[in-house]
Amino acid sequence: MPSNKRTSWGKASLGLKATAVGALVFLNFPVLVIFLYAFTTESAAFTFPPPGLTTEWFVKIFDRPDFWRALGLSFQVALIATTIAIVLGSLIALASYRRSFFGREVLSLVVVLPIALPGIVTGIALRSSISLLGVDFSIWTLVIGHATFCIVTVYNNVIARLRRLANSQIEASMDLGATSLQTFRYVILPNIATALLAGGFLAFALSFDEVIVTTFTAGQQQTLPIWIFSQLLRRVTAP
Amino acid sequence: MTALQPSPSAPPRSFLHRVGSYFYAHPNLTLALMLLLPVVWLVVVYLGSISAMMVQSFFYIDDFSGRIVREFSLDTYQELFTPSNIDIVLRTVGMAAAVTVVSALIAFPLAYYMARYASYRVRGLLFLGVMLPLWSSYIVRVYAWKLILADEGIVTWFFNVLGAGGILDAILAIPAIGGRSLSFSFLGMFIVFVYIWLPFMILPINAALERVPKSLIEASGDLGAKPRATFMNVILPLAFPGVIAGSIFTFSLTLGDYIIPQVIGNSSYFIGGVVYVHYGTSGNIPLAAAFTVVPIVIMIGYLLIARRLGAFNAL
Repeated sequence: MPSNKRTSWGKASLGLKATAVGALVFLNFPVLVIFLYAFTTESAAFTFPPPGLTTEWFVKIFDRPDFWRALGLSFQVALIATTIAIVLGSLIALASYRRSFFGREVLSLVVVLPIALPGIVTGIALRSSISLLGVDFSIWTLVIGHATFCIVTVYNNVIARLRRLANSQIEASMDLGATSLQTFRYVILPNIATALLAGGFLAFALSFDEVIVTTFTAGQQQTLPIWIFSQLLRRVTAP
Repeated sequence: MTALQPSPSAPPRSFLHRVGSYFYAHPNLTLALMLLLPVVWLVVVYLGSISAMMVQSFFYIDDFSGRIVREFSLDTYQELFTPSNIDIVLRTVGMAAAVTVVSALIAFPLAYYMARYASYRVRGLLFLGVMLPLWSSYIVRVYAWKLILADEGIVTWFFNVLGAGGILDAILAIPAIGGRSLSFSFLGMFIVFVYIWLPFMILPINAALERVPKSLIEASGDLGAKPRATFMNVILPLAFPGVIAGSIFTFSLTLGDYIIPQVIGNSSYFIGGVVYVHYGTSGNIPLAAAFTVVPIVIMIGYLLIARRLGAFNAL
């Protein structure tokens, strides 16, 4: 939205400003704490102010192969899950934004379900079928879980963009003799590209940071959040 | 579709063109092909799993052998509706509702400021400020709060520096929400829940506020409405779907989380924790499955209401 639209909005009241600033401080203060404690010399205590500062933790983490394995696994899972989510999410969005068909309303609900239902529900449900079917835990069981709740972020971004996309553009393209594929390639795709990117980024971030579904679909594997959790439970290494 | 039909005399130019035209002429086939993969994924993999789990909730544990009996029975549901389990459900739902309301109250002013008053550059900075916490790990943020709220942590230190340690002790002495220290209390858990899910409330509200047409606000002003009236009668109703959309996230995420109650807070159970324990430790899969039916029912009801309120377009 262009900035010049905002000139005649008037001034914000002091109370509004203060609340906004307060909310921002609330949001970012713990991030600061994380940074501070990444350098603390004390590994097990919660004391504030921290007794001393050091960079040795960063050296330590560098030497831990299990950390790098977990990071690598998280990255792979997030990448594959995001790709699947982009394909499936945009297919649903493209199929359902103008056409109405039997079950469309249900479909729009089902897309949202994996993220609207608590993660533990999705996690246990998938775990149940994994054990029922006798599938071994692998990176693919993780990917299935992650892609399922990532579809919705892509779908939402793309469908919101498609609703704003003027129909006349598509019609003009068709009238000028473009094939459906050409229309998709040269008209629709450039228009939804940034929405795909935004949805993809969100999906990647969601997947990378997910703990609960991951716990149930991972078996013995450790993604980064699970690794951090296990380290924190053992209290051997500070953030 | 309202596009013109391709003229019948147009000569087919290439294979791709013919393929494209074919699909264009058979929209239902195109639709079916497009939806095949996503529907298989969502319905077979996802809904299939959910149903498989719900079926398990009708099995029961044999009291003598302790093994799962795969026969239809309502025994497990009988077990679910014992007073202590109902307590857990009510506690979880109450927490989720409180977190949702307070998140909305904190998120709205910030989103409103971002959408209406902030200049282009400030808005970018504010966005960054909202997104920044999301870039660090959820678990690390929860533990950061442990550091902040712990007995020797920052909050206590801060109160002591101000010479107001007594106030903190007084808050902690309140029976229902207090506890040994902030990091072992309901209040602490509540603060962390609000903190963790707050961005998921800010973003949809902000998106909804951004979409309020400026012309409507001007029209309202031109017709003589005071700013307050404009806010109450124009902006708030139009932004409300955004609030509902955000509430879906805050409510459901609180409903199922078992990590925050495990790290922060006393040992009282929430739905997520109970499910986790029954599933993992005690192996009572039917009861775990029956417990997950509770949030499923709550959330489907919530979603149907939310959709009626137009929240799905604001997600």
